[in-house]
Amino acid sequence: MAQNAEQGLAVPGAGGLRGGLRRARGLSDRAITVLFIAPSVLLLLAINIFPLIWTVYLSFTNYRANQPGREIKWIGTRNYERLLGSEDVWGYLQATANFVVWTMLIQVLLGLGLALLINRNFRGAPFWTTIILIPMMLSPAVVGTFWTYLYQPQTGIFSYIINMFASVGPIDMIGSVHLAPWAIVIVDTWMWTPYIMLLCLAGLRSIPDYLYEAAEVDRANALQTFWYITLPRILPFLMLAVLFRGIENFKMFDMVVELTSGGPGSTTELASINLKREAFEKWRTGFASAFAVILFVTVFGLGNIYVKALNRVKQ
Amino acid sequence: MKAVGFAAIAAALCAGTALPAIAQDKEITLCWAAWDPANALVELSKDFTAQSGVKMNFEFVPWTSFADRMLNELNSGGKLCDLMIGDSQWIGGGATYGHYVKLNDFFDAEGISMDDFLPAAVDAYSAWPKGSDNYYALPAMGDAVGWVYRKDWFEKPEIQAAFKEEYGRDLAPPKTWDELLEVGKFFQGREIDGETRYGAAIYTERGSEGITMGVTNALYPYGFKYENEPGSYDMEGAVNSPEAVKGLEVYKALYECCTPPGHSDAYMTEDLDAYKSGQTALQMNFFAFFPGIAKDPEVGGETSGFFVNPSANQAASVLGGQGISVVAYSDNKPEALEYIKWFAQPEVQQKWWALGGYAVHNAVVEDPNFPESTPFAAQFLEAMSNVKDFWQEPIYAELLQAMQKRVHDYVVADQGTAQEALDKLIEDWTISFEDDGKL
Repeated sequence: MAQNAEQGLAVPGAGGLRGGLRRARGLSDRAITVLFIAPSVLLLLAINIFPLIWTVYLSFTNYRANQPGREIKWIGTRNYERLLGSEDVWGYLQATANFVVWTMLIQVLLGLGLALLINRNFRGAPFWTTIILIPMMLSPAVVGTFWTYLYQPQTGIFSYIINMFASVGPIDMIGSVHLAPWAIVIVDTWMWTPYIMLLCLAGLRSIPDYLYEAAEVDRANALQTFWYITLPRILPFLMLAVLFRGIENFKMFDMVVELTSGGPGSTTELASINLKREAFEKWRTGFASAFAVILFVTVFGLGNIYVKALNRVKQ
Repeated sequence: MKAVGFAAIAAALCAGTALPAIAQDKEITLCWAAWDPANALVELSKDFTAQSGVKMNFEFVPWTSFADRMLNELNSGGKLCDLMIGDSQWIGGGATYGHYVKLNDFFDAEGISMDDFLPAAVDAYSAWPKGSDNYYALPAMGDAVGWVYRKDWFEKPEIQAAFKEEYGRDLAPPKTWDELLEVGKFFQGREIDGETRYGAAIYTERGSEGITMGVTNALYPYGFKYENEPGSYDMEGAVNSPEAVKGLEVYKALYECCTPPGHSDAYMTEDLDAYKSGQTALQMNFFAFFPGIAKDPEVGGETSGFFVNPSANQAASVLGGQGISVVAYSDNKPEALEYIKWFAQPEVQQKWWALGGYAVHNAVVEDPNFPESTPFAAQFLEAMSNVKDFWQEPIYAELLQAMQKRVHDYVVADQGTAQEALDKLIEDWTISFEDDGKL
């Protein structure tokens, strides 16, 4: 039994009338909500969730994408056992971890330093900010390619500059097992330090002046001001930058492939480079899927722990 | 009668003009690597278009990404290529996975005989399984790895005297790997015409196939074999035999003693650059580049000489080259087959050689004038008589990547010993063959 809208009285049959009116006006709020969300959800399912589930399934099989007629056999955890029992795979993961840790460490220090410098608003600061930002606007593949020329031992400018300060002869950055890991760290640092600087600068600009004025009144020195005011205030920005760059560097591929192809030997063969070799050169799709799942779980797990830490810092 | 005659002539004219008009609507795409011979093929193919009216398109990809790009195309059933000049190692996969059209019936119908081509080329580029009469390609471009040397430097009296003093023999193109090492060491760091020169530009590339194509130039002559018995997949004692270990050690010694600085990721182009810029006395490269070197304004003519891969326990050269196949997914198979029929003609093969392509048709290579036709023709024939190729299994890419890693780890990154590298290679290959159901 429905109620009369004006009198608040129950009017038999009015519900049907109102329902008819609603239908006439259009869809319910809930239906509209579902309708608006549905394309995104479907898209997400199609391009993210389904491939993820499919990859997990393939990781337990002997599937090879270049042999469509071949029977797909369920082989249990054999791919995972081979991966985790392979010294080579641990070597690729170690190379990746080294790359991520060193690039993050150096870039945070340099990026923060540059941000503090630019934040002083000296004459020409906007010009220098633009200049500093240029490397991160370039394509990583292009950067990798032209650094191979800069690193060229006989004609490259890198070796030339080092020899201006110390006569050590031609320096083979890419061909040396000891120097090649640093070669990729240097290039990534050159390219992405501006990004860290930019986020730090945003953090620095968000710190209200009155805090520094209060510190001045309390006669805090520069180190104390940095430690108790600046650093805590920009820490969330810094952590966010590290999160973004950490994830990016964990899956680093293009720049390193162009620069070293993973060599010499396997010295700079990062996990993503080997994953590509397994998936699209050797066509061991099942094995590569297992590797991808392991990398995904690692990044996802570490990312979650990090985000929790980030939230704690924000609070 | 007169009217009938006119009608017949008109019909004939219509037919005569209509047929090419139909053909001119047709076009086919030929896929190959981007290098000097590809340009020669573009020139040659103009004759095919003129005769048939079929327009030719070309898709050339640089060598370092050629296999990646084209095997993806084949594996995905792509229709980009109607004709594929695929690498010799692809023949197994091309046949097994149905990427290439089997050509036996076509050859029989058109009177094309494989006996008209060099046997080594037929076996390497056309047949699968090896030694069978199942043909999936026509030999298109014979090739092997050879060597180029700076003849002008070798002929300088002061250099000859210095070499004789140091090694007690005349300086000459090396015939053995020991001699090659001596020559490389001799030129390494030597001042010639006021500039520092180096020994040899060799293959060390990590990403695609470079170092494998390089290192096998030493492995094969020393006695490396893939299997104890062909088809057995029994690799223990063949891949890692003492002779194979020695060959790998010699290649590493050559890399360490005699290459220019920064030569740790070099393949065909880098070797050419190092040699043409006057950095090195020797260069390892495929014969396909030799016509370009012979004509080069800097190092061409009498400046350069050519020699076959030095021997050790036996004479052997690394096989290059390709066959031409019709892609099974093509919508233009009749036109593609027409191209192969045209290409197989002796006169076309002769023109192919004249333009810089390495024809392996008997009409070309058995010509009495062939050995003198270029400064490297005789060496090419000699190399082709003892070529050896990498695995041609359908899973060759997986086997190749394993070898790339193991030998680059040892030769360039200086990790482990030659014995360990080859032992690990057997482990990798065993897993691959087990996965493939061969073991």
